[in-house]
Amino acid sequence: MELTSVFNPSSPQAWAIANLGIFMIIIAGTILAIIIVLVTFISYRFRRKPGDDEEPRQVYGNEKLEIVWTIIPFLIVAALFIFSVITMVKVNPSSAIIEDQKPDLVIIGHQWWWELHYPKSGVVSANEIHIPVGKKMLVRLESIDVIHDFWVPEVARKIDLVPGHPNYMWLEADEPGIYLGQCSEFCGIAHAHMRLRVIAHHQEEFDVWEKGQLYVPPTPRSGEAGKGSKLFKEKACMNCHSIAGTDAVATVGPNLTHLATRTTIGAGTLLNTPINLAKWLKNPKGFKPGALMPNMKLSDDEVNAIVAYLEALK
Amino acid sequence: MSRIPWVPETTEPLPRVGESEGLLTWAASVDHKQIGIMYFIAALSFFCIGGLEALLMRIQLSRPDNNFIDPELFNQLFTMHGTTMVFLVIMPFLIGLGVYLIPLMIGARDMAFPRLNALSFWVVVFGGLLLYYPFITQSGATDVGWFAYTPLSEKPYSLNNGPTYWALALLCTGIGSVASGINNIITIITLRAPGMTMRRIPLFVWLLLVTSFLLAFAIPILNAGLVTLLLDRILEANFFAPSSGGSAILWQNVFWGFGHPEVYILVLPAFAIICEVIPVFSRQPIFGYGFMVGSAIAIGLLAFGVWGHHMFAVGLGVPFNTYFSLASMLIAVPTGVKIFTWIATMWGGKIYFATAMMFATAFVIEFVIGGLSGVAFAAAPLTWQLTDSYFVVAHIHYVLFGGSMFAIFAGIYYWFPKWTGRMLSERIGKCHFWLMLIGFNLTFLFQHMVGLLGMPRRVYTYPDLPSWNWLNLLSTIGACVLGFSVLIFIFNIFFSLRKGKIAGNNPWNAWTLEWLAASPPPVHNFDEVPRIHSARPLWDLAHPDMPDEPESFNTGVTR
Repeated sequence: MELTSVFNPSSPQAWAIANLGIFMIIIAGTILAIIIVLVTFISYRFRRKPGDDEEPRQVYGNEKLEIVWTIIPFLIVAALFIFSVITMVKVNPSSAIIEDQKPDLVIIGHQWWWELHYPKSGVVSANEIHIPVGKKMLVRLESIDVIHDFWVPEVARKIDLVPGHPNYMWLEADEPGIYLGQCSEFCGIAHAHMRLRVIAHHQEEFDVWEKGQLYVPPTPRSGEAGKGSKLFKEKACMNCHSIAGTDAVATVGPNLTHLATRTTIGAGTLLNTPINLAKWLKNPKGFKPGALMPNMKLSDDEVNAIVAYLEALK
Repeated sequence: MSRIPWVPETTEPLPRVGESEGLLTWAASVDHKQIGIMYFIAALSFFCIGGLEALLMRIQLSRPDNNFIDPELFNQLFTMHGTTMVFLVIMPFLIGLGVYLIPLMIGARDMAFPRLNALSFWVVVFGGLLLYYPFITQSGATDVGWFAYTPLSEKPYSLNNGPTYWALALLCTGIGSVASGINNIITIITLRAPGMTMRRIPLFVWLLLVTSFLLAFAIPILNAGLVTLLLDRILEANFFAPSSGGSAILWQNVFWGFGHPEVYILVLPAFAIICEVIPVFSRQPIFGYGFMVGSAIAIGLLAFGVWGHHMFAVGLGVPFNTYFSLASMLIAVPTGVKIFTWIATMWGGKIYFATAMMFATAFVIEFVIGGLSGVAFAAAPLTWQLTDSYFVVAHIHYVLFGGSMFAIFAGIYYWFPKWTGRMLSERIGKCHFWLMLIGFNLTFLFQHMVGLLGMPRRVYTYPDLPSWNWLNLLSTIGACVLGFSVLIFIFNIFFSLRKGKIAGNNPWNAWTLEWLAASPPPVHNFDEVPRIHSARPLWDLAHPDMPDEPESFNTGVTR
């Protein structure tokens, strides 16, 4: 897995913040070094020699010096402030853009997963954000329950998903690849398992992915998968999940229409393999304590049938 | 028929404060020194509990995908750790120090309102018990984080009673803190010794005066917020519930409106301790008394106008972010003045490195680290990467542990002789200092890095990503060293209470009035308070030929 780092940016917005960060590190590092050297020097040079009980010369202050060390921090802060304001403007969409443009992507936070809508194409997905490389995506962020926080350090700023207060940000990636992130605002028991990833493709690959997501997979009628699709209805899976082309239209849990195309399950808790999917169905809370998906007490046969069905959803 | 008396006759008088050594003389005491010591004992006890909570968390986080603690308990632990350390450790330590020292430093017999003083202490203790009570019940303690963001802390998302107890507990400690603030202000304004003008009070008292104004004006904001949260939780008032028309962000404004001044409530008294310790052990007056007071007042005023920097990631728009960036950065200026002043005070002195001075010197550097990362958070775009990550965990611990707690330890080593009549062992003290310095930096320095690598705070477990594992392991090892150093400190207290060197009135050859009193001081503190001519009355007594500057606001003078 690649190293995730604030200082490994892969978008103009993340670059802008990283540059400010480097500027800050240089300033802070210099000040800290000066102070450490000064304190160490003074501690050595002006330590009391044994037997020397005479009081040193009493110095009550020096107004000029004090004014100087009031003004110098002021100038440093002024420079940092100006740099910060410039960075702010670079990183955020302006209010004119927010008013005029339709968002390319809507992210809705749930306890403890990410609902994704691409309003321009109608694609609905969860937990894995696919984007074309080099395109500035206007993202609208909402929350359905508590406050969550979007954080994928390499490709975007961090921003809260606040119920009743939609936010907007730019999401962009310079290079194709997988960028890891997770919820950064404490949101309850499974907060640690509310992970997400941004998957950036070249435009052509993204178009293929998008087309695939709009395709409605046929409902299998026979075999294990067919049995699984029946169980999906009978075992109350459809009370929370939706699958396009079926009667399952609930939005409590993630949309499963193209589950087999995703790389992880449980919002980044497990890799998406048939074995993991079977383990997950048997005991979701065992892997993601607090997950709202109940243990449906499925038998092994039932689990295998449902896994076969879900694996067919591509 | 025999006569039955209406009231049973008392054969002996009820015990009075200061007359005997029994427990009741402590529980019923209104003496500021006894109350100060009780604050100290309470804070130290909660410090052990809060530290244990931290150690359990660090064990859980020592390796990826660990199963030592489940998330339910982990979430309770970090919430209780934060709440305990802020409200039941650092605040009582500092308020207790003030309660003990303010009357002695200004030459008074007691606080202005001794009974109110006792009330303040006991409601804080009661608040602590209320906070911990649900830990032992089935519902469990509060698990919504120490700033209890709504709507997570609202009924639909937190059905247990933990957050309700949390709000009630903080309401109690809050009432106590407001009363302490008012008591301090009135004591300092009205009970100063003859000749002690406002320009001659010790810097410790000046900085506590500023802190007391913060207590009196910032804590009521929290209290109002807590009552509103309780209305939501108990009566379904929906102030903070967006699904019913309330506002999730309102709580953040209220909480941080209190929360940022609170940071200075926790830090200004630490500055106050350093302002006493550094001059005495450097054998020099503070370099620029006037600038020190002025910068403290500036910090106190700015503290009320910077809460928004905790909310840069909420998405409140450019004007909001710009204003709060600027205001927050400005705090760096008066804070810088203080740092430079301490360094200049050491310059040219004859520094005696007792344990107290070692802690004070380490404080200066640790606090600069915490302060500089604080300036980073004032720059809104940096907050857009760093907030709610382990970088912020490192930052607050450099401010509140490397800052406040190191200063508190400096203060304990400095004033322990006054409280008990015996010196803390310097040999054990140095052991404590070095272990704590190493343990502290090992624990928190690397958390800056793991935060920059994308690890959010408040996660009970994390995936096995490059560097996350060994950075977290180092942090856990550091926490164990830190915990061990606290044990050494506690041993030092018990050891020195029995075997410590007898202190005498003024073991450090210091200059403020508390060192004129006996160690420990009698109930009435002083037999006689001399007329005060400067900020260093004991210097004047020792050096009649070379008295201290009469008006310490005058600077630029050398003697």
